[in-house]
Amino acid sequence: MILEHIGLKEINGSLVVLDGVDGASNEEMVELHLDDGSVRAGRIVKIDGKRVVIQVFEGTRGVSMVNTRTRLSGHPMELPLSPEILGRVFDGLGRPIDGLGEVYPTCRRDVNGAPINPVSRIYPRDYINTGISSIDALATLIRGQKLPIFSGSGMKHNELAVQIVQQASIKDNSEFAIVFAAMGVKNDVAEYFRRSFENANVMSRVVMFLNLSNDPIIERILTPRCALTAAEYLAFDLGMHILVILTDMTSYAEALREFSSSKGEIPGRKGFPGYLYSDLASLYERAGIVKGKSGSVTQIPILTMPNDDITHPIPDLTGYITEGQIVLDRELDTRGVYPPVSVLPSLSRLMKDGIGAGYTREDHSMLSNQLFASYAKVQDAKALASVIGEDELSAADKQLMEFGRVFEQKFINQGYLENRTIEQTLDLGWELLSMLPREQLDRVDEEMLDKHYRG
Amino acid sequence: MSDSNNNTIYGINGPVVTVRGATTLRMMEMVYVGNAHLVGEVIGLDAEKTTIQVYEETTGLKPGEPVISTGAPMSVTLGPGIIRSIFDGIERPLNTLEEVSGAFIGRGSSVPALDPEREWEVTMLVKPGDQLAGGAIYAQCPETPLITHKLMVPPALSGEVVSVKPNGKYRLEDEIVVLRDQNGQEHGLTLCQRWPIRTPRPVKNRLPAQRPLVTGQRVIDTLFPIAKGGAAAIPGGFGTGKTMTQHQLAKWCDADIIIYVGCGERGNEMTQALTEFGELVDPKSGRPLTDRTVLIANTSNMPVAAREASIYTGITLAEYYRDMGYHTALMADSTSRWAEALREISGRLEEMPADEGFPAYLPSRLSEFYERTGYMETLSGEEGSITVIGAVSPQGSDFSEPVTQNTKRFTRCFWALDKSLAYARHYPAINWNDSYSEYINDLSPWYEANVGKDFMAFREELCSILLEENRLMEIVKLIGADVLPDDQKLIIEIARVIRVGFLQQNAFHAEDTYVPLEKQLRMMEVILCLYHKCQEIVARQVPISKILQTGLFDKLVKMKYDIPNDQLELFDSYQSEIDQILSKI
Repeated sequence: MILEHIGLKEINGSLVVLDGVDGASNEEMVELHLDDGSVRAGRIVKIDGKRVVIQVFEGTRGVSMVNTRTRLSGHPMELPLSPEILGRVFDGLGRPIDGLGEVYPTCRRDVNGAPINPVSRIYPRDYINTGISSIDALATLIRGQKLPIFSGSGMKHNELAVQIVQQASIKDNSEFAIVFAAMGVKNDVAEYFRRSFENANVMSRVVMFLNLSNDPIIERILTPRCALTAAEYLAFDLGMHILVILTDMTSYAEALREFSSSKGEIPGRKGFPGYLYSDLASLYERAGIVKGKSGSVTQIPILTMPNDDITHPIPDLTGYITEGQIVLDRELDTRGVYPPVSVLPSLSRLMKDGIGAGYTREDHSMLSNQLFASYAKVQDAKALASVIGEDELSAADKQLMEFGRVFEQKFINQGYLENRTIEQTLDLGWELLSMLPREQLDRVDEEMLDKHYRG
Repeated sequence: MSDSNNNTIYGINGPVVTVRGATTLRMMEMVYVGNAHLVGEVIGLDAEKTTIQVYEETTGLKPGEPVISTGAPMSVTLGPGIIRSIFDGIERPLNTLEEVSGAFIGRGSSVPALDPEREWEVTMLVKPGDQLAGGAIYAQCPETPLITHKLMVPPALSGEVVSVKPNGKYRLEDEIVVLRDQNGQEHGLTLCQRWPIRTPRPVKNRLPAQRPLVTGQRVIDTLFPIAKGGAAAIPGGFGTGKTMTQHQLAKWCDADIIIYVGCGERGNEMTQALTEFGELVDPKSGRPLTDRTVLIANTSNMPVAAREASIYTGITLAEYYRDMGYHTALMADSTSRWAEALREISGRLEEMPADEGFPAYLPSRLSEFYERTGYMETLSGEEGSITVIGAVSPQGSDFSEPVTQNTKRFTRCFWALDKSLAYARHYPAINWNDSYSEYINDLSPWYEANVGKDFMAFREELCSILLEENRLMEIVKLIGADVLPDDQKLIIEIARVIRVGFLQQNAFHAEDTYVPLEKQLRMMEVILCLYHKCQEIVARQVPISKILQTGLFDKLVKMKYDIPNDQLELFDSYQSEIDQILSKI
């Protein structure tokens, strides 16, 4: 039985209030039929007896208090799924927008998902070769990991994401797919990704969820949830390896803030709701590998740090949830270094168990530790040079400065299409370390030095 | 249990559910919410409504569904079988949940906390006619090869033993002892009891904390030691190694029982802890570490209200084992997530926020929690302790935020993790200038009696060298190291040996991951010996570059790897080598 409620009690931003509703359930989906014949989707966010607060995804413009008819669907937001979603383009709510018609679902899933039981997880160890030296050697990507890119407006995070997709997954052609969720990005950015996927001949293995910058903001809150539900379906039902790209998480968090303040909630830091951490975690924690299933979900969320500030709540909370981060640096970017990966704050937490003998190469761990340690010293030398001038530096510091320059130019810097093998990357690392005196390499043991040091 | 089964849901807002009108529900009572029987707790009562926080997702709940009273506050089951388990925040075993609902956690799954079918080999320790007070031990059973589980009379109960079953195999709910209290009422004692998680279990006396919790981590044991029964905070931004440090402590510290609470942290990390602890062997007993470990995993995507409860569940389990006379250590990773859960629920209740949106009662909740630590004389007259090591994740790595500041007030050990050390991959990234331990004076006698009488003197000298280096580095940053006189250059060089060779410790190196106190003492001795010898030489106007050419400094930096933990006699050869080489200069 479908009940329709005529009229609304109150409209406030994207929220409408209905009174006298029986049998509404929390988080249930509703349809609002407007008097001009159009239909809008909404979700129940708060219930007080017979008074129900509904969040309208497409906004409340043009909604009238009198003639709107509201219909309860009886179930929470569900995404229709079938193997045919591959190659399709959907809007932020999972409705097809590529003109190819509806998906005939083999199942429907609640987009909120359910937390993975920690005892059912498999600890990720399979390393993914991205062909990018700064990532492979220093912040290795592991299958089943969530590794965000912290960027800023105007930096080359999209290019980097595309290069990772092209070089990482394509080798494993049989069982891989990409789920791409755009939240509040510009049309041309979405178009850039689509074209790149086409150029790489992977479009038939991509599912796109697009909520562009001119699309309804409230839908944005559901976009990553739809994308991750599709990813979980492909990974754990169909056994594929899924790479999920979520861009831009900053727009997502801002949508959440807008929604929260329209509900009249008490704000936390910078006006973001107090539950931002839990909310982001409910997205990021959907990456992983599960016992007894052959697939995996790997996430690369991209976020632009407002004003390049890594302590802003969005990157800050993201960093606390994700397993490391790749931080891009404005200065390197201006100097034309691509990818402008800021090495020191970049980190992959799962790296330690996915590298070394049997995975990459036995010297990997020591090499990366030494590169980090030496490059950290370069920063000290740079700081000193900016005070007393480079000419006044001691010989050892001058050597460090030179090492730093070559490291940035040769190791970090590489071409958009340059795909380095892990051996090339590691050998290059040793070549650079060989510029420094042997006794300064205190993170490497003698055996490795004998084997690789060539200074 | 109660006649108030006509309570029904009125309003729903996220994890907070309200019931309209005056109810017979009690404050902090545990309730089942809705047709799905979601676990909840009463957190607010007034004449118009009862407020309940629900420990599971509330999607799909409807007004009009029942709220069922249990008549008891939020409690945990205490009994054999806790060790080796992995629970969620309200003591539901995750392994059993996996069998019930698969890899994804379903809602309303009600499973017993401990296996009711498993049989335990129980030895009775009392006979009819014995007078037992609260907390007295009436039987025991081997729980794991390391831990003997002692069954205790609930603290509020006392009386005379009426009957005792013979030794043998019993299940959790079997009645093995009958006790008659002063009023003549008989109580059957089983292998388990319930205890409300927000109430501290009583003890006889609080004793001074005078023994260290030995962790095998040099920077902690030597510079900033913690006492058994103490509390420490580890604050640090993301990527500074909070979780790594917590894992290291959980693996190597010399407590009898480890309770590891993953509170609002990453799922993969808990999986890692689970597999690693199973593979690692405790150096003292030769048994897997899981034989002394309990894991509580409430990852960041699991319900937020259960995250708030997980800390209390953890410390209640710790108190239970302390009452048996064990030294327990509780690692809480991270208390900030717990504070955020408080904030989130407080926001839903529309309470007046204090600092940064946190509720005004944050400090009192934190102090209540940390005051449950201590070195105690238990009701049965044994000694037991609870040490708490709480990670703090300050927002934006800013130590002035409310959780860090308030935690600092209630803990006496502060291990500040430092971003720049972590960037240089100096782990553990504990900053020696910002950290402190107030236990030094309490523990000095123990160190001097059990490790070496010079230990504290060496420690002090180490600290003063590091302090001096810190001062000199200010100058170096402005004008470079070249202009310093040789005696100051020596301080910078020896401080480098201390930093890289002593404070930095490689958790992945087989020898270096755990270092006994004797080796820490010998390492300090050798480093300071080199320092003193070099001071003499520098005083004779010999240029320092000459000393550096000997390679002695670099050799000492690597001695942590070169000297195995069980061949401490090698230190003697280091000392004679220093004497020999330096005498030639």
